Amino acid sequence: MKQEIVIAGFGGQGVLSMGKILAYAALMEGREVTWMPAYGPEQRGGTANVTVIVSDEPISSPILSSYDTAVVLNQPSLEKFEPKVKPGGTFIYDSFSIDGNALRTDLRSYSTPAMETAAREKMTKCYNMFVLGGLLKVCPIVRLESVMQALAKSLPERYHHLLDMNRAALIKGMEVVAEV
Amino acid sequence: MNDESLLLKGNEAIARAAIRCGCDGYFGYPITPQSEVLETLAELRPWETTGMVVVQAESEVAAINMIYGGGGTGKRVMTSSSSIGIALMQETISYMAGAEIPGLIVNVQRGGPGLGTIQPSQADYFQATRGGGNGDYCVPVLAPASVQEMADFVDLGFELAFRYRNPVMILSDGVIGQMMEKVVLPPQKPRRTDEQIARECPWAANGLGHGKRPCNVLTSVELDPVVMEQRNLHLQRKYAEISTNEVRCEEVLCADADYIIVAFGSAARISHKAVEEARRKGIRAGLFRPVTLWPFPEKEIRRLAESAKGMLVVEMNAGQMVLDVRLAAENRVPVTHFGRQGGIVPSPDEILDALRQLQF
Repeated sequence: MKQEIVIAGFGGQGVLSMGKILAYAALMEGREVTWMPAYGPEQRGGTANVTVIVSDEPISSPILSSYDTAVVLNQPSLEKFEPKVKPGGTFIYDSFSIDGNALRTDLRSYSTPAMETAAREKMTKCYNMFVLGGLLKVCPIVRLESVMQALAKSLPERYHHLLDMNRAALIKGMEVVAEV
Repeated sequence: MNDESLLLKGNEAIARAAIRCGCDGYFGYPITPQSEVLETLAELRPWETTGMVVVQAESEVAAINMIYGGGGTGKRVMTSSSSIGIALMQETISYMAGAEIPGLIVNVQRGGPGLGTIQPSQADYFQATRGGGNGDYCVPVLAPASVQEMADFVDLGFELAFRYRNPVMILSDGVIGQMMEKVVLPPQKPRRTDEQIARECPWAANGLGHGKRPCNVLTSVELDPVVMEQRNLHLQRKYAEISTNEVRCEEVLCADADYIIVAFGSAARISHKAVEEARRKGIRAGLFRPVTLWPFPEKEIRRLAESAKGMLVVEMNAGQMVLDVRLAAENRVPVTHFGRQGGIVPSPDEILDALRQLQF
C-alpha cells in the first residue's frame, strides 16, 4: 500500500512537524517514507507545505504531480492543492478559515474544526495534532500508538510531560472530523 | 523497525556519517540549502567524543584552505557548501588536485547563476565535472539520489580521496539535502592514529618524519615546464586509472527498454516515477542513473544506445550532462534533453510528457 499526502498551511501552524511525526510513525512501523518540504524563505505567516509518502515498497520520487490525500489549513493551500488530488482521493480542510462551499464532487471531503477545538480546549500548541488525529481517522495510515512512539522519540525528554496532552489532542481530532 | 533506522534529512545524514566514518575535521560556512550539515555537527559536538574538529570558518575560501592544510597532513577532512560557495572554492580545489591533496567537498546545489535562488538545481554539473578551477585536472564526483547515499558516500568519498590522493566531490542538491528518508548509518569507525596516518600517507606533511625521512613538500607550483609536463602526465595516468576502476551507475528496467531516461541525483528519483507511469501506459521505458558523474559511465551508455530507440536526459539545468550522453551515444540514437532551471523542480508528469514527445 502506498499513500501520497500533502499537508499545507501557514508557516507556524506546524505543517512540517505534523508531516515529520507522521513520517516517523510510519518508520516505526517499518514502512518506507519520504518527507519533502517546500523549503525556502518561509516564515511565520507565509505558506508552508510538505509532501509525505508512506509505502510498503521503496519510493521513487519524493516530488509528486498529484496526491492521494491533501490536508489544507488555509485558503491559498486549498486553491493550490485541491485540484491536484487524484479523483476519488481524500481532501481534509480546517473549517475555521476556509470556505469549503465549492469543493470538487469527485473527492471524499472532510472538514475538521481543529483550530476552533484547539482554542476552546486551550491547547493551541497541539493544533497540528488535532489535525493529524482527523487525518488518521479518515485515512488510518499509521496506528495511534506509533504516533505516540514517534512523538516520544522526536521530542526531547524535557517535553515528555506534554505527551499526554498530545494524545488527548489526537483523540479529540479523531472525534471532531466530519464528512462534508 | 531496525534499531539503527533513523529519519534524517540528507544534510543531517552527511554530518552523522562524517562522525561515524572517522572524519578528523569539518570546516564550513553556512549557506542554504546545506546549513544543517554544520548545525548537526554543532549539535552533536563530536569533538567531545571522537575528537573530530568542527570549525565555522570565516568564509568558504578560508574553509577550503583549511581542507588543503588538513588533507596535507593526511587527515580525513571535509567541507560542504552550496553552488556559489563552491564557486569560491575552485582555486584551492585546483591547487589540491595539483599538489595531490585528498579531501572531501560536498555541494548541495541551488539555482544560479550568481546568487540565484535557494531552491534545488543541478546547474553545477559542468563546474563539478569540468573543474571550475584552472589547469588539466579531474575530481571524482559522486551524485547521491537518496538520503542513504548521502550517508554512504561520505566514507566512499574519503576512501577514493586517499586511494588516489585527490579531492573528491559529492554533488547533491536542495531536494536530497532537505528531504527526510529512512537511513541506516555506517558503524562507528575510529579516527586513524598518527601512526596509521604515517604508515598510510608517507607523502603527508605532518611533522612525523623526525629525521627518519626526507621532508615532504606539497605544492602545485613548478617553474620548469619540462618537470611540470611530467607532473601533468602523472596526473593524467592517475585519472585514466580512476576512469577504469571507479565508474558507478544504476540501471532500472533498462534491459527491454525502447526509451531510456538518463538522469542523476534527485532528477533520477523523479524520472524513476515517470518510468513507472510510462510502463503502466505500455511504454517500454527505463532509467539509467550515473552515480559517478566523473568518471562518466560512457561504455554503459554506448551499450544501451545500441538497442534503445531514444534517450531523454532529464536535468535541473539548461542541458549539461546531455553533452556527455551524446558523446557516449556516438549518434547511435537520438538524445534529447528536458530540464527545468533556476530552482524549479520538474514533476513526474512533465517528464512523462517529454518522454512521450521522444516517441514520435
